[in-house]
Amino acid sequence: MVVVNNFPFITVVILISLGIYTLIFKKNLLKIAIGIILMGNGVNLFLVSLGYRHESIAPIYTNAPEETSMVMPTAQALTLTNIVIGLATTALILSLAVAIYKHYGTLDTDKARRLRG
Amino acid sequence: MKQMSRVVRTISSLTFGYIVIFGFYVIIYGHVTPGGGFQGGVVVASAFALLLVVYGHNKTEEFLNTNLLSFAESTGLILFIALAFMGLGVSFFYNFLTNSGGLFGHTPVSGVNPGDVYTGGLIPLMELAVGLEVLSAMGVIILVISGGAASIKKKKEKS
Amino acid sequence: MNLLTHIPVLVIVIPLLAAFASPIIGKLNKKNLGLFVSVILGITLILTLILATNVLTKGPAIYVFGGEDISLTHPSGLFAPIRIIFQIDAMSIFMGLIASLVFFLASVYSLSYMKSHEGLEKYYTLLLLLATGMSGMVYTGDTFNFFVFLEIASIASVALISFKGTDCGEPAEAGLKYIVVSAIAGSMVLFSVAIFYGQYNVLNMATIAEVMQFTQLDKIALILLVTVLAMKAGSVPMHMWTPDSYSEAPAAITMVLVAVSQASLYALFRFTFTLYNIKMNTVAVGWIIIILGVLSMFIGVTMAIIQKDIKRLMAYHAVSQTGYMLLGVGVGLAVLANPIALETFGIKAMEGGIFHIMNHAMYKGLLFLTAGALFFRTGTRDLNKMGGLGNNMIYTAVFFIIGAAAIAGIPPFNGFASKLIIYESVYQFNPLLAIIAMLVSILTLASFVKVFHSAFLGPKMEQFKDVKEVPKSMLFAMATLAFIIIIFGLFPDLVVKNIVHPAVMALINQSSYTEVILGGM
Repeated sequence: MVVVNNFPFITVVILISLGIYTLIFKKNLLKIAIGIILMGNGVNLFLVSLGYRHESIAPIYTNAPEETSMVMPTAQALTLTNIVIGLATTALILSLAVAIYKHYGTLDTDKARRLRG
Repeated sequence: MKQMSRVVRTISSLTFGYIVIFGFYVIIYGHVTPGGGFQGGVVVASAFALLLVVYGHNKTEEFLNTNLLSFAESTGLILFIALAFMGLGVSFFYNFLTNSGGLFGHTPVSGVNPGDVYTGGLIPLMELAVGLEVLSAMGVIILVISGGAASIKKKKEKS
Repeated sequence: MNLLTHIPVLVIVIPLLAAFASPIIGKLNKKNLGLFVSVILGITLILTLILATNVLTKGPAIYVFGGEDISLTHPSGLFAPIRIIFQIDAMSIFMGLIASLVFFLASVYSLSYMKSHEGLEKYYTLLLLLATGMSGMVYTGDTFNFFVFLEIASIASVALISFKGTDCGEPAEAGLKYIVVSAIAGSMVLFSVAIFYGQYNVLNMATIAEVMQFTQLDKIALILLVTVLAMKAGSVPMHMWTPDSYSEAPAAITMVLVAVSQASLYALFRFTFTLYNIKMNTVAVGWIIIILGVLSMFIGVTMAIIQKDIKRLMAYHAVSQTGYMLLGVGVGLAVLANPIALETFGIKAMEGGIFHIMNHAMYKGLLFLTAGALFFRTGTRDLNKMGGLGNNMIYTAVFFIIGAAAIAGIPPFNGFASKLIIYESVYQFNPLLAIIAMLVSILTLASFVKVFHSAFLGPKMEQFKDVKEVPKSMLFAMATLAFIIIIFGLFPDLVVKNIVHPAVMALINQSSYTEVILGGM
């Protein structure tokens, strides 16, 4: 019963730990980018599921009959901002991956390592 | 490299216009139905991505001018900040058009109704500015990254 | 319309508007773009000075975005502040002064350092965006707004670090390391903000401070915030990105990156002192920050002695000096619940730590600018290849001596003043920590003597025989920093009494932050 009630939050924990696992253990640069995106998606799911109120409808103003409650819309605004930031981060990390492939010839982070010490 | 088949090229050329129109609909109706500046801008940019996948980098770059898109992006950003400055008599970002009867100034009615697009005040204008900025920024990003990939492939084929 | 009340937002928006306009200006008039950016950042510096005199004499300033009145924090009928509020108290304006000065000097330095690069309008756009991001981080009073400005600053600084990545591959690799670190840090900061929002249903910092009960979820948020903000500030054991990023960036950007890392340190202090204050177990959290500081000091300086690359050596020293700031403020946090110890040495330890933030930005900035001047004229950063440059570049050598003496803590420069305050007060807390701090200071002096000997002393080398002095704009930036170092070293009492002590008292008294917005509720 506890698992069914808290199902969104358990999914959030699974997503974030999968993202951290990918960042630590995978060597290919594109997989590291996917790990960062997974962490961002986990936090987005957490933000959206915080706004839920019991037996409420979507917060669209022109859709509401009298005396119904709506879910909190500020959590959705925060999630939207985070999606935009995640888009900018993804674009930047993919451009850096293209630049690294052009100069080093490989996408493996064990081999693309000229700065050491 | 071989071209995509004739069916794919024809259908994508036909649907390109409809996707752009739908994107602008999502931008301008952002304060009434779900959507808004960023979402609509990304829909229009996905139309550009469709052209890039179907026709390849070189032909798409002849069709979409990078300098024009970059200029549109700067215009969108400056329009956003200029609209925010206009309310400076009271405070920054003040919504001076709402409930005033001017442009976008109707008062929204309560209850179930089809939705009036002329409400909201300053918000639809800012959505337009943000939508213009997002579509041109995403267009420039996908053109530049695919250009970098195309130059790496050309260098590899030459050597 | 009183322009003085709108200054808190003009300081953020004027660089933002210039950042959006500079691609268009760069296409029209490429030669004068640097001059335009320097004028804009100079105007921002003057506005920050006016704001500083206002805040330090009259009390904290607030600005409500989009409200009917600038000071309307409670809209009618609602239970808590719901709009984004900028709240500038003495600690915020302290960091704001450092930020505006450092950005103005960086743009003046870049007038001649980056003159022969292509794509220069992108460089100035990113520099102005980074100025907006850092100023927004220190002036805001809203947790989610802080996260947005943190991400703006991170993305702009990644793009600036890998700015030279079109010719050679190392800046792209350094930028990749930094973007992975900052993406993890951003996500975890947003996770903590979401924990606060889910429990208390507000996003405003003063309101969370008022209604905070220290539940189990708040403990998780505290651990996450301390870890990732210390990671972004570059303290051991999360410091791996610091040497790569600081050495591959252009020289003016490295000076700016030092200030941005200190903004993360400011955020760490703001979240632990103002949001939690004595509701948490301050002894435990204070000791964790002290241990992070001591590790950073020691490992930073021992890794620095063996380096051959001049900017990598200075980057490890930046890690070590961050340890001094963490040590000073950590001692203050550990005795926060104990009023007698706080009066005796706690406030003085915090004064030393926070004064060290400003001193570090000044002398580390000067050292990085001299390293950039050496690279500009000789084309190499390797200490084994340089030599005998003191004959040709006299002004650069003098500025380097001033910077190296300041970082080693030699009187009459400003490093001595802040380090002496830290030694005296930390000795009363625990003598072992003060002895470690003094040892680190000796090792710092040793490594900078090594650098001065290899780069400047010795006979003239064959390939450097017609090396001239650097252009005037770079000399102007270095001379301003050297002047401030000497002034702060000769009159430290004035600086501590007027600027640093109000900042420390603003951090310690949580009620002076919350009563501005909630008005004694």
